[in-house]
Amino acid sequence: MTVFAVRGRMEFALMKIHEIKEILGAELLCGDESMDSDVYSACCSDMMSDVLAYVKDQGVLITGLVNPQVIRTASMMDMICVVFVRSKTPSDEIIKLANDCGIVVMRSTLRAFEACGLLYTAGLSRLPGDRNA
Amino acid sequence: MIEMPDTLKFHFDVDGSDFSSAGEASVVVKKKLRQLGYPADIIRKVSIAMYEGEINMVIHANGGTAEVEIHENEIVIILSDHGPGIPDVNLAMQEGYSTARENIRVLGFGAGMGLPNMKKYTDYMKIDTKVGEGTTITMKVYL
Repeated sequence: MTVFAVRGRMEFALMKIHEIKEILGAELLCGDESMDSDVYSACCSDMMSDVLAYVKDQGVLITGLVNPQVIRTASMMDMICVVFVRSKTPSDEIIKLANDCGIVVMRSTLRAFEACGLLYTAGLSRLPGDRNA
Repeated sequence: MIEMPDTLKFHFDVDGSDFSSAGEASVVVKKKLRQLGYPADIIRKVSIAMYEGEINMVIHANGGTAEVEIHENEIVIILSDHGPGIPDVNLAMQEGYSTARENIRVLGFGAGMGLPNMKKYTDYMKIDTKVGEGTTITMKVYL
């Protein structure tokens, strides 16, 4: 965690994508060129309907669901990174789609609970004023 | 001199036989709107609403068509299918109500948020539906 940004009166953490990779001990599958991008927050869900309904400016999606809709959903929500947990392995088709959409994809051996806990402990939190995600 | 048309129109056939392709049209529309330089919040509203609609067409209606019209003051999305229709629109508009089967839920959809989300992200939404004939949903995002 390197930088704090200020929105209104509240400070919140910025985290770089490469820091997320390091914290989760994750394997990068595509999107090497975006590793220095900043994210403010993350969400975790296997239900893409909920991601579409509740996500607001979270840059990272942590999920154990593996299908192309994960990438399309992340793209629709302007998310820049998807972490597949529990060693779930996306197909070549999914990786190609992520490349087309400019989304970083990683794979972690961690369970979703552990991945969220590590990122939260490292400072990645919810955005100020966001009560839903 | 070439005159630009007042309205840009895009047509998509949404394949209902392959769930993994659901959402392809919305991805294309999002890219087009980016190329045309629309603000990020407008692009997000249009693409999320259309994506939800596209997913719905694949889940419930075996596909259909999507028309996107970009006018000077609004973007119009028209989704049409020849599916089973919606027997009770008020019920379908309630958050959490879904008729999607378990095989759709395991794919990450069918939480009963599709139609409410489409309404949430658009400035206007109209549902024309007839049981046994199909559904046409018209959505507008004002510019």
